[in-house]
Amino acid sequence: MTLGSQILQYVISGISVGSIYALVALGFNIIYNTTGIINFAQGEFVMLGGMIAASLVGIFSVPLPVAFLLAVLIVTAAGALFERLAIQPLKNPSVLVLIIITIAGSILFKGIAMFIWGKQTYFLRSFSGDIPINIFGATVLPQTIWILGITAVVVVLLNVFFNFTLIGKAMRAVSSNRMAASLVGINVKKMVLFSFALSAAIGAVGGVIITPIALMDYERGAMLALKGFAAAVLGGIGNFHGAIVAGLLLGVLEALGSGLISSHYKDALALMILLLVLFLKPSGMFGSAQVSKLKEF
Amino acid sequence: MIRNNYIGLLFLSVVMAVIPLFISNVYYLSILIFIGIYSLITIGLSLLMGYAGQISLGHAAFFGLGAYASGILTTRLNIAPIPAAIVACLFTGLVAFLIAVPTLRLRGHYLAMATLGFGQIIYVVFNAWIKLTGGPSGFGDIPRIRLAGICFDSDFKYFYLVWSVVLVGFLLAIHIVHSRIGRALRALHSSEEAAGTLGINTSRYKIEIFVVSTMYASIAGSLYAHFVTFLSPESFGISFSILLVTMVVFGGRFSVWGAILGAAVLFSLPEYLRVARDYDVLIYGVVLLLVVMFLPGGLAGWLDGMARRISLLFISRAPKRMKC
Repeated sequence: MTLGSQILQYVISGISVGSIYALVALGFNIIYNTTGIINFAQGEFVMLGGMIAASLVGIFSVPLPVAFLLAVLIVTAAGALFERLAIQPLKNPSVLVLIIITIAGSILFKGIAMFIWGKQTYFLRSFSGDIPINIFGATVLPQTIWILGITAVVVVLLNVFFNFTLIGKAMRAVSSNRMAASLVGINVKKMVLFSFALSAAIGAVGGVIITPIALMDYERGAMLALKGFAAAVLGGIGNFHGAIVAGLLLGVLEALGSGLISSHYKDALALMILLLVLFLKPSGMFGSAQVSKLKEF
Repeated sequence: MIRNNYIGLLFLSVVMAVIPLFISNVYYLSILIFIGIYSLITIGLSLLMGYAGQISLGHAAFFGLGAYASGILTTRLNIAPIPAAIVACLFTGLVAFLIAVPTLRLRGHYLAMATLGFGQIIYVVFNAWIKLTGGPSGFGDIPRIRLAGICFDSDFKYFYLVWSVVLVGFLLAIHIVHSRIGRALRALHSSEEAAGTLGINTSRYKIEIFVVSTMYASIAGSLYAHFVTFLSPESFGISFSILLVTMVVFGGRFSVWGAILGAAVLFSLPEYLRVARDYDVLIYGVVLLLVVMFLPGGLAGWLDGMARRISLLFISRAPKRMKC
């Protein structure tokens, strides 16, 4: 294998993992924009999505598309339930309390997953076989193409949702000014609930599509959340397109770093970038410093 | 207020001084030693969470830095444990300072993110820098602490050493809380803008308290290293950082007493309840969620409220105290 095709190989595997980081980062942004909350349970939605799909297909022999849909629906319900039971009852919570609540939620989801599935790793079969495709000397698994395609579909749907539907526009209104949004008759509480449900759904999609490549276990959520968060910060927190670019970029950098330099420090790279961004330009690559000053977080 | 704390501290000292005389089982003694070590971390963390209104999600890493620095300095460079612990503590404080300066200058909770990321980086380094740390399998043969001719080689002696340090740490924490810094911090917690307009240098105080709180963790790490005499990375991961936060919140983040209570209850729970050992993650999650939602003052706040209600029964004309 030449160095060129080797690098191409790393870039391709980086992009597929990076898509998941991008999806997690999108989930962070949706909740952050409507509520100002950094939802530390975001990674658990990915984990739950993967685990549910894997056990539906593996244990109950449910057809894959049905399992996909069911996994997303169940996780969406879990996200909405979490908001309804833990976030909504709080009256004027401080940011510190919100951070602790979402951390509690993440431990709770992780604990429930351990309770249901134990500590084993779960496997989900690829969507369309495992025969690799050869592109310029690099091998590409069909699942990689599924991941890229589905991520692209999610991004397009989100764009349509936020720009052309009433609920999407209402959610954007809440994110730009809560008080004004409620004055024009938008039910802010409902929008917050929607934002949690939507984030959970996006996370679950990420979980289902990555499991055939990366497998899944109950402990995976925290790391995915961290890297997705790094992507969200790098892209400028709250910035949708920034999140996608930053997620892909982080995935690629991570794959290149571990392939060409050292795989030991693979999991540290994204976080070092996170620290660097926090230190040097907390508003991220595409965020403006002025906007980030106004943010509560 | 501070006098009550002194009385309590005196009471705690007496209890801790006599407890080992009644415990013959070494196992229970070692649990109390661990509770002491964890209390030291949670006291520091409660200063940060309860008084500065900030949260660190990487305190396990600072605990680990103290432990690894102590372990490496004493085994590789043959430095005596006490100077090693001091060097470890200063080193940890310096690292914390470097993280705090850029993040705490900003408004809000960037510290939470930075410490979370930092914690994971340290965890990876402990695993990957095999030459220095022994990698995932860790390293051992860390010597016992020797001080003024006494070698703290038995659990009985170590118990007194650890709890003396905890009591000193506690005293220091009470003084910080009731000093000008403490008052400034409380002001900062309720409103950063208001505190700022009153001339309180908010970011400086936050940085100071964060550094102090990581130094508590570092000292606890050194004590841990010389007690267990063996270190491996899994004791210092994210989940332990989260457990520390859970301990502080459960015990009561507005009171230094709560820090000890939280560490004591949550550390000993899995030791006594088998269910708690198997499903620890689930139980911690439920506990954390319920306490934050329904008992914001934690165990200490609840006990305080109960005590107040009982005392009101006896002194009917007692002046109503402000809620804090």
